[in-house]
Amino acid sequence: MASEAKAAESASGLPQLDFSTFGNQIFWLAVALVVLYFILSRIALPRIAAVLAERQGTITNDLAAAEEMRTRATEAEEAYKKALADAKAEAQKIIAETKAAIRQELDRANAEADAEIKARTAEGEKQIAEIRAGALDAVKAVAADVAGELVAAMGQKPDGRSVNAAVNARMKG
Amino acid sequence: MATEAQGSEGGGLVFHPMDQFMVKPLFGDGAVGMFTLTNVTLWMVLAVAATFALLVLGTSKREIVPGRTQSVAELAYDFIRKMVEDVAGKDALPFFPYIMTLFMFIVFANFLGLLPMAFTTTSHIAVTAVLAMLVFVTVTVVGFVRHGVGFLSLFWVSSAPLPLRPVLALIEVISYFVRPVSHSIRLAGNMMAGHAVVKVFAAFAPMIALSLGVGILVTPLSILAITAIYALEVLVAFIQAYVFTILTCVYLRDALHPHH
Repeated sequence: MASEAKAAESASGLPQLDFSTFGNQIFWLAVALVVLYFILSRIALPRIAAVLAERQGTITNDLAAAEEMRTRATEAEEAYKKALADAKAEAQKIIAETKAAIRQELDRANAEADAEIKARTAEGEKQIAEIRAGALDAVKAVAADVAGELVAAMGQKPDGRSVNAAVNARMKG
Repeated sequence: MATEAQGSEGGGLVFHPMDQFMVKPLFGDGAVGMFTLTNVTLWMVLAVAATFALLVLGTSKREIVPGRTQSVAELAYDFIRKMVEDVAGKDALPFFPYIMTLFMFIVFANFLGLLPMAFTTTSHIAVTAVLAMLVFVTVTVVGFVRHGVGFLSLFWVSSAPLPLRPVLALIEVISYFVRPVSHSIRLAGNMMAGHAVVKVFAAFAPMIALSLGVGILVTPLSILAITAIYALEVLVAFIQAYVFTILTCVYLRDALHPHH
């Protein structure tokens, strides 16, 4: 070892220029490079390329899916807006219809009530007239009775016909 | 032995900044033959194992939402794939596993080399020269296979004035052949220099045990320096792997599209 090192140093001084080791280094370098090349080209690089491609595919798919989702969301929003507008229009229509129906019903009821009131009024007036007529006769009878009694109280015999005539004459006056 | 003797002469400080780069057998003290299991073997196997752990074990769950290890693995994958695509062009993608191999090996060799007591395989010119020559040969072969003689138009700068073109062609040819040299020495040199500097400062660190007066100043300073250089080396470990890989992509682009 010592003599070898000395020989190497005396030959060059630099281990890099010790040509006796070149064969060894080149041989092992060749082995290492060949092994490494096969590891890389057969296993590592295809695998990494596949992983990267798969990731790219996943990203593309996800983007497409997201785009589709967005389209669907927009569609759903459109549908919702349309439904809302339809519902509003429908509600307006129902309100108008109901209003018209109620007005019609109200008018009919009003007319009926008016007719009823008119009929009742006529009936009432008729009754009042009857009552009034009835009352006049009763007054006449009472007046005749009272006059007869007064005449009797004065000691005279009341004459029915003349009493009635007098009452009628007074009533008219 | 010689360095130790020198060290004891120099006031008790032991300087062995280059010992960390020595190739030694893992078992016994025998000579280093071609197939001997050495520290080179160990740290290269560790680099391969670390890459395997990150890129294969780390992604074994194949999660859609990745965990930490898988994120790092995907980051490395995307980083190199993008580099190949952007720098060398889409038609360079068949070379992606090859370039990924180079990058993962260098980056893990560099980082594992930063562990204390580790051996940095990429600090050896023998290793980086082979890596650079692999790239050089690949690029040249691809260039001629794809374009035939037309590949030589790489050296014929058609945008330059005609009299200048032969001169430029000569310069281009020289620079083309210098490429693997700079490509390999850049990596090995960076790795070796940084590690050696750390070791030099480390040798100064025990000064306080020898002489309190000098050591009280030198020891904290050298520890500070080790920390700073180490931080720089972490950066360099990644940057050199990156530079090596991106230059590979640039050379590959030249081979695929030689017309300026």
